[in-house]
Amino acid sequence: MAAVRTPREIFLNRVAIAAVMVVLLIMLVPIYWIGSTAFKPRNLATTIPPTVFFQPEVSPFVKLMTKRSQLRKPVEQEVYDAAPWWEKMVLDGGEKVVRTGKGKIRPSGYGQRFTNSLIVSIISTFLAVSMGTLTAYGFSRFKVKGEDDWLFFILSTRMLPPVVVAIPMYLMYRVVGLNDSHLGLIILYTAFNLSFSVWIMKGFIDEIPREYEEAALVDGYTRIQAFFKIVLPEAMTGIAATAVFCFITAWNEYAFALIMTNRRAQTAPPYIPSQVGSGLPDWTVIAAGTFLFLLPVAIFTFLLRNHLLRGMSFGAIRK
Amino acid sequence: MANIQLKGVTKEYGVNKALRGLDLEIADGEFFVLLGQTGAGKTTTLRIIAGLEKPTDGQVLIDGEDVADWNAAERDVALVLQQYSLYPRLTVRGNLEFPLKSRIRKLDSAQIAERVDKAAATLQITPLLDRKVERLSGGEMQRVSIGRAIVREPRVFLMDEPLSALDAKLREALRVELKKLHNDLGATFLFVTHDQVEAMSMGDKIGVLNRGKLVQVGTPSQVYSAPLNTFVARAVGTPPMNLLKGTLSGGQAVIDANGFELPVNGQGGQDGQRMTFGIRPEDIRLESGAPVEARIFDIEDHGVVKILNIEVGEHRIHATVPARMPVALDETIRFGWKGDKVLMFDPETGHNLSI
Repeated sequence: MAAVRTPREIFLNRVAIAAVMVVLLIMLVPIYWIGSTAFKPRNLATTIPPTVFFQPEVSPFVKLMTKRSQLRKPVEQEVYDAAPWWEKMVLDGGEKVVRTGKGKIRPSGYGQRFTNSLIVSIISTFLAVSMGTLTAYGFSRFKVKGEDDWLFFILSTRMLPPVVVAIPMYLMYRVVGLNDSHLGLIILYTAFNLSFSVWIMKGFIDEIPREYEEAALVDGYTRIQAFFKIVLPEAMTGIAATAVFCFITAWNEYAFALIMTNRRAQTAPPYIPSQVGSGLPDWTVIAAGTFLFLLPVAIFTFLLRNHLLRGMSFGAIRK
Repeated sequence: MANIQLKGVTKEYGVNKALRGLDLEIADGEFFVLLGQTGAGKTTTLRIIAGLEKPTDGQVLIDGEDVADWNAAERDVALVLQQYSLYPRLTVRGNLEFPLKSRIRKLDSAQIAERVDKAAATLQITPLLDRKVERLSGGEMQRVSIGRAIVREPRVFLMDEPLSALDAKLREALRVELKKLHNDLGATFLFVTHDQVEAMSMGDKIGVLNRGKLVQVGTPSQVYSAPLNTFVARAVGTPPMNLLKGTLSGGQAVIDANGFELPVNGQGGQDGQRMTFGIRPEDIRLESGAPVEARIFDIEDHGVVKILNIEVGEHRIHATVPARMPVALDETIRFGWKGDKVLMFDPETGHNLSI
């Protein structure tokens, strides 16, 4: 509705917009910093004052994906000329790409770690949200004996700081052979996110009038058909919001990933800082790794934005 | 088409008893209205018949068969609710098709389209077929809900206050339409409402429900003119029946407190017995020569009639008079009643003594 606004209201509105802009700017500076550093030549990454205008290059990403070693002396001209464009960038930086005996490029661990992150986060999010939705549906629609106690128990699994159980979990995982495995991390993250998922989804499903399903039951559908045809589409907003939160939690998880994994199933979060420690840190490479790491969450959130706008205001879905 | 029988149906929710040994019989093709206040157990009765709720005790029979082990889908009943009865993400056509697409019905798409079109034509919602449900007005929504029930050609129609959320004009219009629909389909209808006007105007039969028990079943005129007890007497009719405590003395009702006397021609009761006398507002007469003096406390002008609230001492009595009768607030008038219309109830149990 276009309500008539007084000059005073217009002025206050502008002040509010200005304030939001300032906050937004402060929030965006670190992201800009990471993003710009990821495209800087190495010598401009740490200048004081910071370099704002520069010729962007992709060499940090090339370095991020490959294993390199320092050159003691510049390579011969013909080797340099024969190198592909991306390898020249590495050579320009005084490093060379490490190859196997058969001349295959040795990749750095990043690609593998990134893929691990995707596998673990996507699967654990899917499991946590689907199991959480079904559990929440049960709690919402059926009389469960000791319902409140169960719900409190589920919530209580979140009250302990996860790091407290990390060492015992590690020991147990080692015994059953789940350490440094995708399955191990998926189970951990699913368990961790499940309580959250149950609670949030219960709120959303409580808001969906049961009359819808009952109408479907009377209309000749089974309970499970009614769930998929009627409840699930109605709960989509809540599912999207829950999925984003679960995904972000799993994606950013550091402590368990650091302790439980070291090579095969290691995710990106413990890997990126491990690159700071070796020798003189190349901040552009770390920035490139971080920048790529930001993208999936941003894309996922962007894809679900329409649902999220309604979903974030919990329980405020249309009646 | 089917008849429905409930035998001693009891439903307990924890310590609360929603229904206490309910016995009910609805004949094939009947328009049966279950009338009761909030919490009387109307909706529970409906849900038990529909198979959405299991009775704690008792039997539900459809066409003489015990349906205890049948789920909602198998009972082949259609349900129309007060609200939330349409699937929000579908179009009107989608909603009408939904019950027909169920696997248990095995209809091909031509049959589905034919049934949908027929129902839409009956309810005059053909122009709405491609509209999203969210874009419908309240009246249109209820029409579509009814449509979704009739496409199925069910054995029984169950309606849970389908008109209560609508405004007065629409309610009247749909009331007429529903009755016509019932005549055309000849199906069994169970209609639940708290609105006694709805009950009186629509039902072939009315069942009055009070705290999980059926108090009286009968045609609207039976229930109206011969209520079984004071509860039914008050539940049916607007304004409700006047109930006055007093003593029967020599063919006269001697009303407590004021001791005003009015004649009683009805049967039942003995001389000198304590009574609750019941008289409908339209059976009160205002005449200059009438026996009792009263003061006009309130006037409601309904166009056709005026409903007066008159005060005699501590008693307030409703009287319906022709709209043309000149009356004024605080005016002193004289009234009497039609002695043959007076009902006598037991002052303790509330039972009608003349039945």
